[in-house]
Amino acid sequence: MDKYDGSDAGSAPASLEDPWYDVPVDHWGDWDGDAAGEPVAVPPPRAAPGDRTDEVYLAVQRSPEFREVRSQYRRFVVPAAVAFLGWYLAYVIAATAAPGLMARQVAGAVNVALLAGLGQFATTFLLTWAYARHARLRRDQAALDLRWDVTMQTRRDSNL
Amino acid sequence: MTSEHQTLALFLFSVFVALTLAITSWASRSRHGTAEEFYAGGRLFSPLENGFAISGDYMSAASFLGISGLIALYGYDGVLYSVGFLVAWLVVLLLVAELVRNCGRFTLADVVAARMRARRVRIAAGTSSVTVSVLYLVAQMVGAGSLVALLLGASGGAQRGWAMAGVGALMVTYVVFGGMRATTWIQIVKAVLLMGGAITLTVLVLIRFHGNLNELLNTAAERSGHGGAFLGPGLRYGQDTVSRLDFISLGLALVLGTAGLPHILSRFYTVPTARAARRSVVWAIGLIGSFYLMTIVLGFGAAAVLGSDGVREGDASGNSALPYLSLALGGGAGSTGGTILFAIVAAVAFATILAVVAGITLASSAAVAHDLYTSLRRRHGRQGWSEVKVARVSAVGIGAVAIALALLARDQNVAFLVGLAFAVAASANLPVLLFSLFWRRFTERGAVWSVYGGLVPALLLVVFSPVVSGSEQALVPSVDFHLFPLENPGLVSIPLGFLFGWLGTVTSPSPADPARHAETEVRALTGAGAV
Repeated sequence: MDKYDGSDAGSAPASLEDPWYDVPVDHWGDWDGDAAGEPVAVPPPRAAPGDRTDEVYLAVQRSPEFREVRSQYRRFVVPAAVAFLGWYLAYVIAATAAPGLMARQVAGAVNVALLAGLGQFATTFLLTWAYARHARLRRDQAALDLRWDVTMQTRRDSNL
Repeated sequence: MTSEHQTLALFLFSVFVALTLAITSWASRSRHGTAEEFYAGGRLFSPLENGFAISGDYMSAASFLGISGLIALYGYDGVLYSVGFLVAWLVVLLLVAELVRNCGRFTLADVVAARMRARRVRIAAGTSSVTVSVLYLVAQMVGAGSLVALLLGASGGAQRGWAMAGVGALMVTYVVFGGMRATTWIQIVKAVLLMGGAITLTVLVLIRFHGNLNELLNTAAERSGHGGAFLGPGLRYGQDTVSRLDFISLGLALVLGTAGLPHILSRFYTVPTARAARRSVVWAIGLIGSFYLMTIVLGFGAAAVLGSDGVREGDASGNSALPYLSLALGGGAGSTGGTILFAIVAAVAFATILAVVAGITLASSAAVAHDLYTSLRRRHGRQGWSEVKVARVSAVGIGAVAIALALLARDQNVAFLVGLAFAVAASANLPVLLFSLFWRRFTERGAVWSVYGGLVPALLLVVFSPVVSGSEQALVPSVDFHLFPLENPGLVSIPLGFLFGWLGTVTSPSPADPARHAETEVRALTGAGAV
């Protein structure tokens, strides 16, 4: 137990940055508390207020705040995914279908193929950085606010 | 190989095993016996810890020994593997990690079940998860047997059998007694060891060539016997159209399969939030990317230092290139430096296998207990064991099945199994995952069709492929019933998985429930209601 607590203390900075870290458990707690006893096959919490919860989610989905989060996500992810999958497929197809082009020397022993391979590494790192930055600046705060709203609304409903 | 190498390697490996057992015993004392603890390690790992654990889960001995060996043998064509294994993580980061963390609890099927509460959807997703895991597990265990033969000179069948049984027993012990907490820490320790080993060898290679990469590449090309062709693609996959298509198929499976591997998905549940899941993937991409960059240096380094005969000396498929390289870098056979480096590489390779198989065993026991058992039990209306108990028992069962299959296949060339596991994951798991998360009209029938429509063709195509029959290296070389020319089914089965998902959806008798989609979408992007 003591070592376990120690490792939690080690991860404390991460949880401090994330105010949600321990908030939602008080409602869903009953749901998770008996974990060893009754296995639960269905993940989302939909205990008593089925229809009301549905309405909350439908309303949130239509809200401008949520649509903003979703469009921020899509505006980054769709072009980025198309670009990197296309670039990777082009690379694999070029390596198999045009080995002559890939073997063309650029400088010393370095040829097009090696540059393209290192380019794949470079674009992967770059896109990772850009995605993390975009999510942190454009999505995280709004998503957190929405999570708060949904949690409050569904909790109020279930207490009625 | 002299007995000194073996003794030191065995000693280092025993130290690692003792450490992992200590971790397991510590984790079993602090556990509470809950599903949260067993499957997700309490969900309180930090992104840094989880990033290392993801890397430890992902980087197998096949990457460490296999890819550097392929580069040493075929030059540039081996680099294509490194690239595919890394780029795959962009799919995970952009499309899967955060959303899966927000929507699921323990398994892949949880995410799909967030959209569709149907039992048969959960059974389908659980079945394909178990299939992927068992394929991958058998590949790793046969690899462990070959590694023992290679590194310890134990070429006898009995010793290889014992090595596989030992690996199986250890992985089951970690999972049954330590659950996710022990597995995670073992993966973290392994990732640190693997990175340390790779960095040491890379630095030694670079010192040997005075930091001059040009010199390294030229020497590698010259000593490989292929000349300039060694540095360009085509030595392995360029012979004919079929082998080229086969490579494209493998490339597709690698890049799309990672996001459907159950043991990778289950790692995202060990952190508290989607944001932490994203940050752990960022860490993992940094670690995995640097590791694969180093395998490129090590592969060309092995070709340059050992030459083409040296690379093939221990094992014609190149797996021995890295151990022999370490021997040469340390000062050659018989020198103290060579002995120590060789032993370290051997021990790191063993550690790598253990950490990977533990992760897979845990994920497949979760699929059996959380997806299959709970669904089937409710159908029959019986009251039975608690879910965690079922998970522990199924870990033992999966371990036994994996050991048995590995013993049966121990003399076969099972390298294709890794590619196959990725292909099945990409065909059966990824389409249903992406459709559930992103497609408003996706229905229950679509989900079931998508899973089986990817899983069944992938497996059938392999049965009728040249790896099973009709060639000298096939599993059944004596007969020939191969109908499908490619070794990897991905090129056909991945589009089929998506196609059947679409087909099942448009032919559904009832349309998708908009409330279900609203809930999934809001939860996926905001984390509302996430556990």
